[in-house]
Amino acid sequence: MAVNQVSFDVRRGEFFSILGPSGAGKTSVLRMLAGFEDPDEGDVLIDGQSMLGVPPNRRPVNLVFQSYALFPHLTVFENVAFGLKMRRVPTPHIEEQVRQALTMVKLLGKEARLPAQLSGGEQQRVALARALVNKPAVVLLDEPLAALDQQLRQEMQVELKSIQEQAGLTCVCVTHHQEEAMMMSDRIAVMHQGRMWQIGPPRELYERPCNLFVSRFLGVSNELPGRVTGNLGEESLFQPADGEQPPLLVRSIPGEQRGRSATLSLRPEQLRMARERLPTSAQVLPGRIEKVLFAGSETKYLVRVGHDRLWEVRMTSGAHVLPFAPEEPVFLHWSLSDGRLFFE
Amino acid sequence: MGLFFLVPLGLVFAISFASRGTYGGIVWEFTPANYLDLLHPLYGKILGQSMWYATVTTAICFVLGFPLAYVIARSPVRWQPVFLLLVMLPFWTNFLVRTYAWMILLRHDGLVNRFVMALGLVDAPLELLYTPTAVVIGLVYGYLPFMVLPLYVAVERLDPLLVEAAWDLYASRWAVFTRVILPLTKPGIVGGCILVFIPSIGSFITPDLLGGARSMMIGNLIQHEYLVVRDWPLGSAVSFVLMAVVMAAVVLYYRSASRTDGPLEGR
Repeated sequence: MAVNQVSFDVRRGEFFSILGPSGAGKTSVLRMLAGFEDPDEGDVLIDGQSMLGVPPNRRPVNLVFQSYALFPHLTVFENVAFGLKMRRVPTPHIEEQVRQALTMVKLLGKEARLPAQLSGGEQQRVALARALVNKPAVVLLDEPLAALDQQLRQEMQVELKSIQEQAGLTCVCVTHHQEEAMMMSDRIAVMHQGRMWQIGPPRELYERPCNLFVSRFLGVSNELPGRVTGNLGEESLFQPADGEQPPLLVRSIPGEQRGRSATLSLRPEQLRMARERLPTSAQVLPGRIEKVLFAGSETKYLVRVGHDRLWEVRMTSGAHVLPFAPEEPVFLHWSLSDGRLFFE
Repeated sequence: MGLFFLVPLGLVFAISFASRGTYGGIVWEFTPANYLDLLHPLYGKILGQSMWYATVTTAICFVLGFPLAYVIARSPVRWQPVFLLLVMLPFWTNFLVRTYAWMILLRHDGLVNRFVMALGLVDAPLELLYTPTAVVIGLVYGYLPFMVLPLYVAVERLDPLLVEAAWDLYASRWAVFTRVILPLTKPGIVGGCILVFIPSIGSFITPDLLGGARSMMIGNLIQHEYLVVRDWPLGSAVSFVLMAVVMAAVVLYYRSASRTDGPLEGR
């Protein structure tokens, strides 16, 4: 199955990410763009030209492999020069363009090294330089930072993004790392089970996910199943399935929704936790603190809501005078505009 | 271990400087005459012919063996041991028997001739047996597995992604082969070529049975001197010359193969 009816456009100069769990079909899409696989149906257009049946060596795209796939018998210079050499660029031009690319990835002075003599981060840079030196129409990135450790990964995220902007590269990046995709991308396509569920800027996807999968995949989704029981015009009544709760107020969605099952979803940072029920808010749920996870700049609280729901709440450390303790009863509040309903 | 190798070797070396007695014995008088005898153009011709056979055999084995090794190394892991077993299967039968089998195949009314005539490709039977072609066929057949096995190991170790990377970087299929696959499988190629070249140059059964009287290789010469002429000193001298040639070839080959040849010249 791999990929099914996937369709998307990438704009010139855009950093476009395909985000999804492993086995979602992301890599197949990338391989189709690179020319290693052909779609059974449909087409791949680059600058308006069909790429069907065009082999990888004739496509104006270059792939940065997850494992880098640097040629072990060639030096850094020769690795980066490979594509230019293959296109028979005159030697003086090769020299100059390789030097430019190596300057961009901050590897000048290491031209004569072999890949085995470089650190993981440096190898990553060579892989990047080897692709962008060819000035391809699209740079394809396959989990570009997955092989790096956490610290290096965060540094490279910033650097990769700035190289992309500086060189005006059009990038299609495949990743399963949602934070990485959100920080680097202009737009993201969320992929799951061979389909693209939603395409849009990171903020839009995070704040207005089209379904529960997208919501869960792009961060923490605190959920409460229930049913819409009444329509009050601008607002609707949402009765949690857990019958002990009074109905909650949610934003009405156009169309008659009364009687339909739905799931309410809230982001951790949309929740405010208090020891008392605030009289001004109708969007409130009682809970009990299950776990306190101190993570430096912020503290994560896992709060038991209803019978068996664990919700995550994040609060900036120091924002509250007296920290909450485990087993403490609390009330979770949110504003009307933040709660999102997903219908089944 | 070295004892079993060095003592006979020293013995042969010593004999090569002795001379032949009237009835085929060894007369222990130091003389370089045997080596001087070998300067005769006839011996040079035999040596040259042997090197030519060995070189052609090695080249054909490489051309046939590389695709075979590549296909095996890239086939499903489950099937690889089966294919390798098939490559080695002929070794379960005696080499002599297999060479006789080729005689039956190649002779005047052999299977090969009957087949091409039945197809109407030729009118008269081809002269196959007792030709240099038959010798090369026999040698290639006999030593192909020695080429395939080291090549298989080398290709198996080659990361397929490197091939994709080169292809993605505008390399044609030929350029992928010469710039990436070939340099990265070089140790296997060197190993395979040496393993084929050495037994080929010294072989004597194959040229004896398939080549007839006309194609004498250096192995036949040695056998002839020892067992027919009973001139052990001359036979020993020929053996040493052969060994020197083989070692020179191996050293040359290693040198040329291990030279750091940057495929991207002109830097």
